[in-house]
Amino acid sequence: MIQHVLAADNGETAKLLADDPIWLVLIKVVGIFAFLVVMTLFMINWERKVVARMQHRPGPNRVGPNGWLQSLADGLKLAFKEDIRPVLADKWVFFLAPVISCIPAFLAFSVIPLAGEVNLFGQQTALQLVDLPVGVLVVLACSSLGVYGIVLSGWASGSPYPLLGALRSAAQVISYEIAMGLSIVAVIMFTGSMSTGDIVNAQAGMVLGGAIPGWFGILLFPSFVIYVVSMVGETNRAPFDLPEAESELVGGFHTEYSSLKFALFFLAEYVNMVTVSALATTLFLGGYRAPWSGEFMNTGWWGLLWFIGKTLFFLFIFIWLRGTLPRLRYDQFMKLGWKVLVPTSLVWIMAVAVIRTGAIQQLSTAQRLIALGVVVGLVLLVSFLLPDKKVQDTKGVPLAGSGFPVPPLDLVVPKAAPKRKVKVANIPKDKAAVTTGKEAE
Amino acid sequence: MSLLVSFLAQQPEPVQKVVDTVTTGEAIAFWVLGPLALAGALGMLFARNAVHSALWLVVTMLSLGVLYMIQQAPFLGFVQIIVYTGAIMMLFLFVLMMVGRDSSDSVVEVIRGQRLAAALLGIGFAVLMVGSVGRALTSVEPRGLAEANTTNGGNVGNIGQKLFTDYLFAFELTSALLITAALGAMILAFVGRDGRPSKKTQKELVEERFQDGKRVGSIPGPGVFATANSVATPALLPDGSVSEESLFEVIEATDKSVLSDDVAEVAGTGHQPDSHALKGSES
Repeated sequence: MIQHVLAADNGETAKLLADDPIWLVLIKVVGIFAFLVVMTLFMINWERKVVARMQHRPGPNRVGPNGWLQSLADGLKLAFKEDIRPVLADKWVFFLAPVISCIPAFLAFSVIPLAGEVNLFGQQTALQLVDLPVGVLVVLACSSLGVYGIVLSGWASGSPYPLLGALRSAAQVISYEIAMGLSIVAVIMFTGSMSTGDIVNAQAGMVLGGAIPGWFGILLFPSFVIYVVSMVGETNRAPFDLPEAESELVGGFHTEYSSLKFALFFLAEYVNMVTVSALATTLFLGGYRAPWSGEFMNTGWWGLLWFIGKTLFFLFIFIWLRGTLPRLRYDQFMKLGWKVLVPTSLVWIMAVAVIRTGAIQQLSTAQRLIALGVVVGLVLLVSFLLPDKKVQDTKGVPLAGSGFPVPPLDLVVPKAAPKRKVKVANIPKDKAAVTTGKEAE
Repeated sequence: MSLLVSFLAQQPEPVQKVVDTVTTGEAIAFWVLGPLALAGALGMLFARNAVHSALWLVVTMLSLGVLYMIQQAPFLGFVQIIVYTGAIMMLFLFVLMMVGRDSSDSVVEVIRGQRLAAALLGIGFAVLMVGSVGRALTSVEPRGLAEANTTNGGNVGNIGQKLFTDYLFAFELTSALLITAALGAMILAFVGRDGRPSKKTQKELVEERFQDGKRVGSIPGPGVFATANSVATPALLPDGSVSEESLFEVIEATDKSVLSDDVAEVAGTGHQPDSHALKGSES
């Protein structure tokens, strides 16, 4: 019975994609690769320009129109630089690491739906490479493979800073992948499918009488927030860029890399950013759908416009965060992941499960109210059972609200030092001479 | 040329296979991935370096994951990659990197009779494996997953249903076992603060410093001047006298002759570099 409710009209995109001829698949593969590379070139430039604007400087403005070809020029220059391998490096792993980090980054994009049904060279198809029944897991698997690149590069470099960066990165990705996976669970529960095409289709409707779109970012807001935080952690971007941390670890895992290998790391980082942003769009912002239902600007190639617009929104947030927030300390970062994001997701998933069950079982109003009452009662009980916060002992030095030590209340302020007397020449004032005339006498 | 055109124009098989037969593509994938998995296993055994061993094992796990996907079990395949390759092997690598790259295996037998027991258990395990694989090859009838993948919510839905109905007890037992293991590891690894002098927090240190009130700020560092970059150079107070607090105990206890070069440098009486200094020779 549950299956009937959940899997109502899933698998439409998969059916549409099933009869793609191989030449169309090849065209899509090349198209996705080109899209990601161009997005990387664009993102590097955009990031430099936006951060520059935030800091009141012009940013790159020399190469090409308005400086938009700067990253292309940099990339070309990078390819022709000398390739250096440290003496202590592990030859093969050092070579493999950038490749390992780059391939999954591209691979993950294959399940992202860029637009709905379009006519591509006379074939009716969806603008998406594949639509697997486990599409979301593909992205998670790729991101967990991409970490190998970072970890192995740090280990293979044979020097301490990269190794520290690699260790940090391993711990970081394991902890934030859990939060990311949990935030996706709620979406899967609502859709009843892990396929990305089905998830977009499930967000087609409108809620609250057609006032707002039925996007999961609105319906499942806590999941959305957790996903966005963990996606920044997952891509090693500021304020979570601890594996690189140029002020502590020089360059982190890529300290010893140069030339094309370094370029591959750079490429992988930006492609990963685009991928997680695209996944956020797909899961939470309705994918390629317009913010309204109906045909107007919502069919065919219009989808690509909406998709790119929403993805750029997330990419802008990445840049904004980098321009605004300082890097977290490592323990604060781990605390946020394990003590805030993971427990919140677990509680939220429980709540979503209860709500879903209520919706599927079609309970009466009285039953719903009773359920709500039980939940509120439980929350109250737990809040009463929680021990009070310990009262601080008053013997210590009193601290102001900021935590800074302040001077005691009975502090005797020493008297100000006597002013040095400066001998001033006794010059008669002109005015006095005019008005009174006494001193002149 | 026309062969290429016809290849490009053909439509691939549907994602959800309807028939339960071994297709050509599946056979090719098996003969590519099977040797790869085997090579990974052998590489893991014979690699000298522990991290290389772990990487070979990753190759085996990835090959197995892809094999699952091809055999109509996409969920199992991707979970294999996420859990085994992504999480478990990453933890292995983490520990190996902590241990250090140059540490090699010790060949000394630590527990008496360990090798004998290991050999016996290994042989027993091999017998079990051969038995079960042999049985799988002869008497088990292969059954495709086409029906399970297309009806009743598909692959993922069916796995979920089986897991939470028929195999609920086994599932809950496994999770209890894992949670117990995790808690046990935490308790074993946890180093409590009680029992030995605990490390003071930043806040406690600040409060302590203000409570005795002797010196609130930090102790003056060495006076590193433009003329000297030695830590032995004392800091000077405003009246020009040497600040005793800036002197470093170890250096103060060192024999003066050892430090004579530094002294000469500070005083400006020692060897002065000239334009030939960079050549590193006497001329």
